[in-house]
Amino acid sequence: MSELIRLEDVRKIYRMGSEEVAALDGVSLTFAQGSFWAFMGPSGSGKSTLLNLLGCLDRPTSGRYLLEANDVADLDDDELSELRLRRLGFIFQSFNLIPQLSVRENIELPLFYLGWEEAESAARASELAEKVGLGHRLLHRPTELSGGQQQRVAVARALANDPAVILADEPTGNLDTATSKQIMELLQELNAGGKTILMVTHEAEIAAYTKSQLHLRDGKIQSIEGERG
Amino acid sequence: MRGVTRAVRIGIKDLWLHRLRSLLTILGVVFGVGSVVAMLAVGEGASAQALERIRRLGSNNIMLTATKAVEETTSGQVQRTSVYGLTYADEKRLRESFPSVRRIVPAKLVRKEARLGERSLEVRVVGTTPEWFDLVPRRMLAGRELEPHDLAGRSAVAVLTESGARKLLAVERSIGGFVRIGSFAFEVIGIVESDVGKVGDLPTPDQDIDAYIPMTVCKDRFGDTSQRRTSGSFEREQVELHQVIVDVDDTAHVEPTADAITTMLKRFHKRVDYKVEVPLALLREAEATKRTFNVVLGSIAGISLLVGGIGIMNIMLASVTERTREIGIRRAIGAKKRQIIGQFLIESVVLSVVGGLVGVFLGVAIPWVIQRFSGMPTDVTPESIALALGISGAVGIIFGIYPARRAAELDPIVALRHE
Ligand SMILES: Nc1ncnc2c1ncn2[C@@H]1O[C@H](COP(=O)(O)OP(=O)(O)OP(=O)(O)O)[C@@H](O)[C@H]1O
Ligand SMILES: [Mg+2]
Repeated sequence: MSELIRLEDVRKIYRMGSEEVAALDGVSLTFAQGSFWAFMGPSGSGKSTLLNLLGCLDRPTSGRYLLEANDVADLDDDELSELRLRRLGFIFQSFNLIPQLSVRENIELPLFYLGWEEAESAARASELAEKVGLGHRLLHRPTELSGGQQQRVAVARALANDPAVILADEPTGNLDTATSKQIMELLQELNAGGKTILMVTHEAEIAAYTKSQLHLRDGKIQSIEGERG
Repeated sequence: MRGVTRAVRIGIKDLWLHRLRSLLTILGVVFGVGSVVAMLAVGEGASAQALERIRRLGSNNIMLTATKAVEETTSGQVQRTSVYGLTYADEKRLRESFPSVRRIVPAKLVRKEARLGERSLEVRVVGTTPEWFDLVPRRMLAGRELEPHDLAGRSAVAVLTESGARKLLAVERSIGGFVRIGSFAFEVIGIVESDVGKVGDLPTPDQDIDAYIPMTVCKDRFGDTSQRRTSGSFEREQVELHQVIVDVDDTAHVEPTADAITTMLKRFHKRVDYKVEVPLALLREAEATKRTFNVVLGSIAGISLLVGGIGIMNIMLASVTERTREIGIRRAIGAKKRQIIGQFLIESVVLSVVGGLVGVFLGVAIPWVIQRFSGMPTDVTPESIALALGISGAVGIIFGIYPARRAAELDPIVALRHE
C-alpha cells in the first residue's frame, strides 16, 4: 500500500510557565493509504495531540510531517485551513454539529467553504445523508436527533469534501454500545471503500474494528499491533 | 459576489434566530440615525427660511435708517422739535461720490389716516421713487407701479399694499378711485402684493399696510415735520429722509461701500442719528450660525452613533463567546480566518445598516409630523440620508471588526473544546 502520511521525529512541547510538557516526544511513523488506525493509551498520553497534528489543526514544535508528500510543518494558517478543507474530514466525540443549521446545512458546510453551487451542494448533502441512513431527516435540527443520528450526520459532513483522511477523536465516546457498533460499522464500511481513517479511542472493543493499533505512553510510541502500512 | 449575497443571507438568518436581541441591539443606531436625519431636516428647514428672508432684503443692499439720537435734555421746554435723520444732502452725496452704488432709493415715512369711503385706517405713507419697486420685486395685483412721470409731474397718486387695500375695500375696481390720506386726495393707481417680514432686527423695506406715493408729492404735502403725541405732550420731529436704501453693483463691494458711507455720514452728522445696516452681514451671520448648528448636530450624531456602535460591539462580542464552538467547527472544517471575520462582520454591518434604514424612516417621519402639526418648515435632504446610511454602515464595520477578529483569532483546538 502506498504511503499517505509520514511523521519524522515529531515533538509537541507545551510550556506551562517554567514547566515543559512533551505531549509528543519523538514520534516517527508512516500511515498507508486505506489504513484504519486506532490510537490508544492512557489519558494524557498524547492521543488527541497526535490527531490534532495529523489534522493540521496544530503544528509540531519540531520534526517533519508529510501529508501526501507535502511538508505541512511550515505552512501558514491559511494554507493549513485550505488543506483541512480539501483533504481532511473530522469526527468529534461530542458530534460538533452547528445547532442552528439543519442536517442538510451541516453536511453542506465544507461545500460552502469550497464554494460549491447551492443546487449541487444540496444534492451532494442529500446523497450523503442517504448513505448514512438519514435521508429522511434532512430538515431536522441536530437537537431533534439522537446521539447516534447526530454522529452519523457528522460522518456525512466529514465525507462531504471527499477527504484523503478522516480523523476521529473518540467518535463513540458519547454513545451507548449499540449505537457505537453502528458507527463503527459505518466507519468500517467507509474504510472498505478505500478511506483512510485515523481514530482515537481508549476502548479495546472499539479498537477491535480497526486494522492497526498504535499504543502511546507519555508522548512516545509504546507498541504497534495489527497491519503495518 | 454570489458568495457575498449568500453570506449576507446566512448572516440575516442567524440574526433572525435572535430577533429580540438583534432588535434591541439596533435601537441605538435607529435612534442615532433617526435623530441625525430629523435634526438636520429641521435645521435645514429653519436656516433655508432665514436665508430666504435675508435674501429678500437684498444681499446687495445697504440700509440707512434715521434714528433719533440720544436726547439732549432741554429742560422746561414743553414743546420742542427734534431734528435728526438723513438729509437730502446725504442723498445727493451718496449719488455723487460712490461709484459702486447702482441705485439709491430714498424714502420719507409718515403715519397718516387713510380713508376710502366709509373706511379709515392708519397707514404708513412712503414717499419714494419708482426704484422702490425694483429693490424688492413683487407682483402687482392690479394697476401699475409709480413711474418717473408721477414724480416729475407731482401727481397725487398712491400704490397700496394688498392688506391695506383689502381693509379699505379697495379692490381692483378702486383703481382710478380716490383715497384720502391725511387731508389730501390721492388717486389709487396700483395694488401690490404684501410681502413683509422681519429678519433679525431688520424690517423688510415693505410693511403690511403701506401707501407708496411720489417722493416729491410727499415732500410738498406732508413736509419734513411731523407731530406725535407722547404721554400728553406733543413732540415735533423734523426728518428729511427716514430711510435710504443703497443698492451696490457687486456683492463684493457691499461691505467696503457700507464702511465708506459710514465714514461719510460721520463726517457730516454731529450726532449718530442714523443706522447703517447690511443684510449681507446678516446673511453671513446666519450662515455662520448654521455652521455652528451643524457642528453641534454632528457631535450629537457622533455621540449617539458611538453609543449605537458600542451596543453592536457588545452584542457581537457576546455572540462570539456564545458561538465559540461553532467557530472551532468552522475552522476545523477549513474556514479561513478572513472567512470567519467576514461572517461576523456581515452580521454587525447588517445590524447597523438595518438600524440605519429604520432610523432614516424615523428621521423622515419625525420632520413630516413636525411640519404637519407645527407648520415649521423642514427639509430632509438626500445628502443627510446618504450621510446617515454611510455612517451607520461605517459604524457596523468599525465596531464589528474587533469582535470578528477575536472570533477569527481563536485557536480552533481550544474553540472546539469550549463548552
Ligand atoms: N493546550 C495544551 N496546553 C498545555 N498542555 C496540553 C495542552 N493540550 C494537551 N496538553 C498536555 O499534553 C498531554 C497530552 O494530552 P492529550 O490531550 O493529547 O492526551 P490524550 O491522550 O488525548 O488524553 P485523553 O485520553 O484524556 O483525551 C497532556 O499531559 C496534556 O495535559
Ligand atoms: Mg484526548
